[in-house]
Amino acid sequence: MTIEVVMPQMGQSVAEGTVIQWFKQEGEPVEQDEALLTINTDKIDVEIPSPGGGILTRVLVQAGETVPVLTPLAYIEARETDRRRTVSPSPAPHGRAGPIPEEGARLHSPAVLELAERHGLTPSELQEIPGTGRDGRVTKKDLLAYIEQREKVAVPRAGEEIIPFTPMRRAIAEHMVRSKQTSPHATAIIEADMTSIAQFREREKAAFAERWGCPLTFMPFITQATVRALKKYPWLNAWVDSDRIVLKQEINIGIAVALADGLIVPVLKGAEALSLSEIAQRSDDLTRRAREKHLMPTEVQGGTFTLNNLGVSGILLATPIIVQPQAATLGIGAVARRPIVVGNVVTIRSMTYLCLSFDHRVIDGAMAGQFLQEIKAGLEGFDPTRK
Amino acid sequence: MPEITYLEAIRQALWEEMDQNEQVFLLGEDIGTYGGAFKITKGFLEKFGEDRVIDTPLSESGFVGAAIGAALMGMRPVVEMQFADFISCAFDQIVNMAAKHHYRLREPVPLVIRAPYGGRLHAGPFHSQCPEAWFIHSPGLKVVAPATPYDAKGLLKASIRDPNPVIYFEHKYLYRHAKGEVPPEDYIVPLGQADVKRAGADISLITYGAMVQQAFQAADQMSEQGVEVELVDVRTLYPLDTDTILTSVKKTGKVLIVHEAPQVCGIGAEIAAVIAEDVFRYLDAPVVRLTAPHTPVPFSPPLEDYYLPNATKIVAKLTDLASY
Repeated sequence: MTIEVVMPQMGQSVAEGTVIQWFKQEGEPVEQDEALLTINTDKIDVEIPSPGGGILTRVLVQAGETVPVLTPLAYIEARETDRRRTVSPSPAPHGRAGPIPEEGARLHSPAVLELAERHGLTPSELQEIPGTGRDGRVTKKDLLAYIEQREKVAVPRAGEEIIPFTPMRRAIAEHMVRSKQTSPHATAIIEADMTSIAQFREREKAAFAERWGCPLTFMPFITQATVRALKKYPWLNAWVDSDRIVLKQEINIGIAVALADGLIVPVLKGAEALSLSEIAQRSDDLTRRAREKHLMPTEVQGGTFTLNNLGVSGILLATPIIVQPQAATLGIGAVARRPIVVGNVVTIRSMTYLCLSFDHRVIDGAMAGQFLQEIKAGLEGFDPTRK
Repeated sequence: MPEITYLEAIRQALWEEMDQNEQVFLLGEDIGTYGGAFKITKGFLEKFGEDRVIDTPLSESGFVGAAIGAALMGMRPVVEMQFADFISCAFDQIVNMAAKHHYRLREPVPLVIRAPYGGRLHAGPFHSQCPEAWFIHSPGLKVVAPATPYDAKGLLKASIRDPNPVIYFEHKYLYRHAKGEVPPEDYIVPLGQADVKRAGADISLITYGAMVQQAFQAADQMSEQGVEVELVDVRTLYPLDTDTILTSVKKTGKVLIVHEAPQVCGIGAEIAAVIAEDVFRYLDAPVVRLTAPHTPVPFSPPLEDYYLPNATKIVAKLTDLASY
């Protein structure tokens, strides 16, 4: 039995990957799940375990080469010889966008759908390609010609500089367009008083850092308040599947992390079961490894709701874009000391804006408002005297 | 390199193997004094004697059984079926005895059955059949079907040296209609390896035997129209070289499978199924088969021409696929 090792599909829109290093040479035995190679994708560096045990008979892609996802990288001759099988080193990520759905009367062959997916074409883009096949069908050749044309670098005119998209930029761009086309976004904004938390944080941060080995920022408090609100309003912790909403029992919080060349969203899994210190520790670990490009593929998959810390860039208000297929995302503005009216007195409080972008197909303004009120209440009701 | 016929290539392979290995001997009807129905064994009786070139009565089951017995005793018998059509008389010996003996008792059966097969000689329904599928379906047998003199010689040598029972289908039309270069030195073509006879990026044409010639002509015509056909000669029908087939299909995305045997449950069905299972996402068109219809081979020459696949019919299918 020959096992094919292929370049894995790491995120829903990752198009290609680079082989960094092979741990085994041709002819060497390898065990199932033993580290076989490291790859770098536009999102992360990752070790790929062997999909099966046997002899590494052929290496097709050498270190340093970049190939599209699902390209065969190597063959392993397995010990069993009973049947043919092709194995991908990592299971298809949960919720990954499958082949682009067929629309209207225009049917596409498997090869066309595969290529379109690999090159990140949107369904509407695919619909617009002129087809030379029978009855105007888009053939594999049509699609390859279109992709080649699209990827040709334009010639800059005087006074211009042209920078082609990196794979990561293209992945982000494709996702942003797809999200905006898929979900009608509406954004609701509420103000929350963070004074109690700010006081607590000021008092405890040195001890916290010493005890837990990570800084105490505002984010764990906001994460915890969001998780509690998601429990009460499960429609916000959901995936939208065309005309259905799938409520997720597990609360997996995506945390958007800005990188020098883009953005990545590692996922804090099972957040509903974590304490404040655990949230702080794990988010700190995920963000740090995201910046070092040391995340595992599973750590960027399966998010059910996403948090966006706008404050790190000094932003007060924004309208974040939903991570598909989630139902909503929350942007948190910078915590700033401002004079506000409390009772009949103008006083200085630490304030933040909470900006909730939601998929208006399934969530209405009233529910968005209740959800935001719940988070606000959780933040403002924090007991600063607690240990 | 000298150019010889397909027939001469088979004759050379037999001669050289008998010359090199005393365990190799021949059995079959009229292979001795008469020199074989197609004159392949002409001169063998004089050279190797009647102990090694054995004329048998008209009793396929008997002489295949005798060959199996000899193989079990360490000999390397090469049986000639005068026409592959009559192989059915020895069917039980082949599929139940030769094919299963090693599985049952761990004793190898190094036996080769040469089966002259195929049509285009206007020889009627009992002398023109392509019965390869009967044997592909039976576990324990290897099945080869060369298309060129080079492959015919190399595959027959490999078959004789193989410890398993091998059914060697040699196409009668090719005997004198296929010529090609064959190196004078000893060589084999390994069993179980397909050969890409012509590279192309647009359509994979998968075939074997006499259809390879027709496929070449068709591919040349398509090339003039700007469609580059990749011609895969499977050469060994079992074990089938799926790697080469799948690699080609991944490249082209379109497939035409051609064989002379009838379509229902033929090797084309197996190849199509493997492609659908393993490389579905690379397909840019339905997998297409071009075969003989599900009828006996007609005796009438014009009817036989109508019955058999040929270059013209292949071009029609390829053109259809190219425009899909």
